[in-house]
Amino acid sequence: MQSDERGGGGDRQRGGGGGGGGRRYRRRKVCRFCLDKVDLIDFKDVKLLQSYVPERSKIMPRRISGACAPHQRMLAEAIKRARNIALLPYAAD
Amino acid sequence: MAEKRVYEVVFIIDPDTPEGEATSLVENLQKIVTDQGGAVVRSETMGRRQLAYRIGHKTDGNYWLFEVEGTGAEIAELERRMRVSDAVLRYLTVRVDEDRQRAEKFKAKRARRAAKRPVKGGSRSTGGGAAAAFAPAAVEAEEEIA
Repeated sequence: MQSDERGGGGDRQRGGGGGGGGRRYRRRKVCRFCLDKVDLIDFKDVKLLQSYVPERSKIMPRRISGACAPHQRMLAEAIKRARNIALLPYAAD
Repeated sequence: MAEKRVYEVVFIIDPDTPEGEATSLVENLQKIVTDQGGAVVRSETMGRRQLAYRIGHKTDGNYWLFEVEGTGAEIAELERRMRVSDAVLRYLTVRVDEDRQRAEKFKAKRARRAAKRPVKGGSRSTGGGAAAAFAPAAVEAEEEIA
């Protein structure tokens, strides 16, 4: 996976996640899992999964998580499994 | 089918069951697997932890993890027994051999690609020169460490 820069101008290092702010240049998000070379997302890894379920405990969409399609798929599957065995909530109360 | 499959079985035991009963239950479950011709490769507790939601008015549970190797027949029996048992609040079986195989493939592919690619990414004509040239070098550096 190549990290092409889109929209020119921004050869910054990848930094914090959040979107907003920047005027013209849009940083192309790079899949964190690809960078870390994760091939398997374990449903028992609650810590990791928790960072992808914001307060309403919905699965974080790809446009925010920045994950590539295969990794988002793995992530979603893992979250659903974790929910099944009560490692993660289905819905926040 | 003769091929060997690998499963991960996670189940939650009611923390209110007496200690001895719980351990004998786990032993029983392991025995079921071996009786059916399977093998319990890994058997460990994930400890007592809070449930993300209540299951049968319980807020806590003792998590157990089995890694089972076999044909699938022993999983059927194991699940049947867990369903019947009152002490098992919930169980989840996941077949992992295929996913692991896929992960291996990715790893091999990455290793191949890293070997093929020369030291630098070559001359690249697209814009954003500094970033584009920097990225592949960084990737390779990481791979050397790993």
